[in-house]
Amino acid sequence: MAAIELTDANFQAEVINSDVPVLVDFWAAWCGPCRAIAPIVSELATEYEGKAKVGKVDVDTNPQTATSYGIRSIPTLLFFVGGEVRDQMIGSASKREFQKKLDALVAQVV
Amino acid sequence: MSPTFVPPEISYESAENHRVVIIGSGPAGYTAALYAARANLSPIVYEGLEPGGQLTTTTDVENYPGYVGGVLGPDMMEDFKAQAVRFGAQVRYGSVTHLDLSERPFRVVIDNETGLVSDTLIVATGASARYLGLENEKRLLGRGVSACATCDGAFFRNMELAIVGGGDTAMEESLFLTRFASKVWLIHRRDQLRASQIMQQRVKDHPKIEIIWNTIVTDVLGVDEVTGVRLRDVNSQSERDLPVGGFFVAIGHTPNTALFRSWLDMDGQGYIKTLPGSTRTNIPGVFACGDAQDHVYRQAVTAAGTGCMAAIDAERFLASGS
Repeated sequence: MAAIELTDANFQAEVINSDVPVLVDFWAAWCGPCRAIAPIVSELATEYEGKAKVGKVDVDTNPQTATSYGIRSIPTLLFFVGGEVRDQMIGSASKREFQKKLDALVAQVV
Repeated sequence: MSPTFVPPEISYESAENHRVVIIGSGPAGYTAALYAARANLSPIVYEGLEPGGQLTTTTDVENYPGYVGGVLGPDMMEDFKAQAVRFGAQVRYGSVTHLDLSERPFRVVIDNETGLVSDTLIVATGASARYLGLENEKRLLGRGVSACATCDGAFFRNMELAIVGGGDTAMEESLFLTRFASKVWLIHRRDQLRASQIMQQRVKDHPKIEIIWNTIVTDVLGVDEVTGVRLRDVNSQSERDLPVGGFFVAIGHTPNTALFRSWLDMDGQGYIKTLPGSTRTNIPGVFACGDAQDHVYRQAVTAAGTGCMAAIDAERFLASGS
């Protein structure tokens, strides 16, 4: 499954009300480092299918969501459980780092 | 023992054995990969923490030969990667976390857990943005402090911003920030800039940019987000606070070579020393290219040039059987 396209409109339903942990990638088309980690984010969406959701917020078209989480730098990745931010990463990181953080949150939920 | 030595728990019994492993994925790494792939050496590239390298945080690259109308940095790096992959280079996620270069084949650990061995290594780890080293600068990173105007500038619409630096990067980022900011204060510690004349002129002519000369930043202010910076005039030593919504750092780069410190000869700033006219390091079979060994030119085209040299040096080294 590909990463979910999150918007100001569906953020509540897809992220806040989610039963499983959600990794949210705040990005924009003009951001080089965002493009560099995009393949990792896509792969995580497939690998964690059923255990966690992975979604992407385009900050250009969804300023409300980006602003409400105080995003001032992209890529920023927020890890949500039960509608709350439990972890975050600012800037690019290794795939292994993402997996470790996701694994930790998935383990808490199960 | 140094932490860069290979931890004993990593097993090499079924480890992959490569001819060339390239560490880094900027112009140097991908050019080395292209040449090594075309020499049938099946190179493996580990992308590291900043896939594509420093160019992914730039906008227009106007000085890479062949791109007549200029090219976006991230687009150019995607081209570099695709060209290397086309000839069989394998590009992988992951960073080298440990090394043992005491004998060949060299031992390398990826992301603290996977061991592999390689007959040669090409170090193309580049350099990363340097920060001032202030405590509050670190605390507010991503909360108004940034070293990447092109990534983060758009979050500062209609705000006043401060940027520190005096080189071409600082000029480029200042100009970029004017797209969003109402005002850009360029803070520089001396009374002249070291940037190229063409970039200096663009900055000086820009109505939104004002240069604050002979001044250093001594603190970044703000609780949850940046609200200002504290400035000190280096002549009078007087301090004052400048209210800004964002603070950008463009004071140069530090080579990403800490991992190799126990093994490779370096200069005082951490740039790897190579034998003049080659990419050979003090360890036979280990080659260094790009910004990791170049504090003078630091251009995409020179990085690509030395990446090519490293691949040819590695190929000859392997062919000579030494």
